[in-house]
Amino acid sequence: MQRELLTGNGAAAWGARLARIEYLPAFPITPQTEIIENLSQWIDGGEMDCRMVTMDSEHSMITAAGAAAVTGVRTCTATSSQGLLHGMEMLYTVAGWRAPFVLINVSRGLAAPITLEPDHNDILAARDSSCVQLHCSTCQEVVDHMLIAFRLAESEGVRLPVIVNLDGFYLSFTREVVQLPDSRTADAFLPPYPSDFSLRFRPHEPVSAGVAVLGGSTYSYFRYQAHLASLHALPQYEKICLDFADLFGRQYGPLEEYQNKDAEYVFIMIGSYATKAKQAVDSLREAGWKIGLVRPRILRPYPEAHLCKALQGKKGVAVIDQNISMGKGGILYTELRSALYGHPDAPLLASFIGGLGGRDIKEEEFFEMASVLKQASADGTPPPPRLLYTEEEMREMRALQTIAGAIPVAQGDSR
Amino acid sequence: MYRIRFHGRGGQGVKTASRILGRAFFNQGYAVQDAPRYGAERRGAPIFAYVRASRTPIYERGIIQRPDCVVVVDDTLMPVPAAAILQGCEKRTLVLLVSDLPAEQWIQRLHIQGNLICLPKAGEGRESPFLWGMACVGAVARLLGVLSREVLSDALRQELVTLDKAAAEQSSNTALDSFDEMKATQIQIKESSVAAAATYPPPHWVDMAMEQGPHTAPAIYAAATSEKLATGLWRTQRPVIDHTICNRCWWLCSTFCPEGAIHVDSKGFPQIDYAHCKGCLVCVGQCPTHAIQALAEQEASRLSGEER
Ligand code: SF4
Ligand code: SF4
Repeated sequence: MQRELLTGNGAAAWGARLARIEYLPAFPITPQTEIIENLSQWIDGGEMDCRMVTMDSEHSMITAAGAAAVTGVRTCTATSSQGLLHGMEMLYTVAGWRAPFVLINVSRGLAAPITLEPDHNDILAARDSSCVQLHCSTCQEVVDHMLIAFRLAESEGVRLPVIVNLDGFYLSFTREVVQLPDSRTADAFLPPYPSDFSLRFRPHEPVSAGVAVLGGSTYSYFRYQAHLASLHALPQYEKICLDFADLFGRQYGPLEEYQNKDAEYVFIMIGSYATKAKQAVDSLREAGWKIGLVRPRILRPYPEAHLCKALQGKKGVAVIDQNISMGKGGILYTELRSALYGHPDAPLLASFIGGLGGRDIKEEEFFEMASVLKQASADGTPPPPRLLYTEEEMREMRALQTIAGAIPVAQGDSR
Repeated sequence: MYRIRFHGRGGQGVKTASRILGRAFFNQGYAVQDAPRYGAERRGAPIFAYVRASRTPIYERGIIQRPDCVVVVDDTLMPVPAAAILQGCEKRTLVLLVSDLPAEQWIQRLHIQGNLICLPKAGEGRESPFLWGMACVGAVARLLGVLSREVLSDALRQELVTLDKAAAEQSSNTALDSFDEMKATQIQIKESSVAAAATYPPPHWVDMAMEQGPHTAPAIYAAATSEKLATGLWRTQRPVIDHTICNRCWWLCSTFCPEGAIHVDSKGFPQIDYAHCKGCLVCVGQCPTHAIQALAEQEASRLSGEER
């Protein structure tokens, strides 16, 4: 194993290389493009035995990925944001084909207004596609989860696309120290694509994939099978993580629990910003708080039982959503509430929306969220959902609106 | 933990400089994080880079709010609000600035409380803006006091592999020379601890209220707002039209200028609006009579006696 300095994009590319991918359909989009650039250089230089094809869109790219995967080829592809949305029709379709491949998504906020910086509304739009979702928070996790993702996708019983998610800029362009798995151990962990597994799409053995079914009951069978396969991916992921730990010594699992054991209060987050929460936990503990972080690494299938267990008996939980479901609120918050409903020992939940479009979440905001949570838990009343947005930001917004000639008509509370 | 924030423009070696520093820390056995941050515009636009290094794992991420050292690769960024150079600077923050003006002048002008060091723009090893970035990284490495010359030299070799041999050597020499130059100073960049949860200034969050009206959609109603953005400050190269050569063709330069920064005067001659010309040099490539020349911005402003 070799220590290296790698960006998140570099780590994702290394993961694909170590997984010995054979086919790479590609289409560029910021901030993902560097992954494809890395891989294409290696392919060009003969360091990887892989066929790369540049496609006309993400729609075609995902179609090609699914088609290749069902014919028995280990396939990887990558996108971001609008690209994921553009390919969404096919993402649902190829998942329905039960095509096992790995899609890297580099999270970036959705238009409009357009941005290049990250939040999770792109990946969460794929929530119900039956793709498995793995969420990384460091460059190390990215390279490791690429290998784990292929094992998971290709597990008998799962056989679904797996999306490995990393945040744009905060991971994609950020270099960190990474222990790069050596290729021999990677091969031991990830055997070649199972040969009995593909549809064996050959001229003398024709197969029709993704056929039409009318009448509803046939449809229901296949749809529910995909759901069950997704649920099965959870214990499967745990098993694969144990194998991974045996070979590489790094422990993963459905949840990262940081200082959670004796914690009375907990932050819940996904993605790279969660390391900021760890920093805040350290600072708060120094000031005498019993507080921790729980971070789901897998979001589909949803680690419901794990979350309930990890949060049982806690006084309060602050869910920090880097996404927003218009007309409802934070998605992680909503899902966690449904998971905890009816549990006798369920903690008080507080909802925070922050980090949209790459907005920073500052240390003092974590401290303040902890205070709000403590107060609410003492009162026994959950606070109203809170958007992390300061007076200063509002003043800057007003200045921009003035320049844009977009002056508020009926001035609301502009404080 | 060390927190170093770089400010510069695309093309000034800011990302490379931050990576060299990150690599040097890495070679010295530190946990490291280095990251550039930029928008959609590249050449000449303000960019940032952040380097963190620590003996323990790093959990912080992204923007450095409270830097130990701020490196400004180009002093023309000082007046650019979007560059936010002094944000989060405290008395203990060292400002390292590439500028031909004396340090005292900047200290006065910006009311700097702590230390400020100026590296001159002109001189041997500073011939191109990329080399300014290299001079900065050499100086910072020395001012940290924890990185040896050998470690820096290895990092330079590792991070400059994509350059051709001569360019890599020149860059490397510039960095090492400025490392040596800093040996005379007593100033040192000091590590700082993480923010204390016991004594933090609380954020002033607002309860965002619903508003009605067209301003709630991301649209710009006012005309010519791009005039307010002085893209001229992004320029590292300046196009200069020689009206004795220009044959007033069909104003290709003006037609192709992406900023609309070339207008045609009443005599039919193209005139460049330098407050908005961003120095992309598209006009230079388009002019059929080769009437437009590109000059290094520094050189051009010296010739015309401007102060920017
Ligand atoms: S360099 Fe030429 S084309 Fe580019 S912005 Fe300036 S005037 Fe326009
Ligand atoms: S393109 Fe050249 S010749 Fe034509 S108007 Fe511009 S400067 Fe003159």
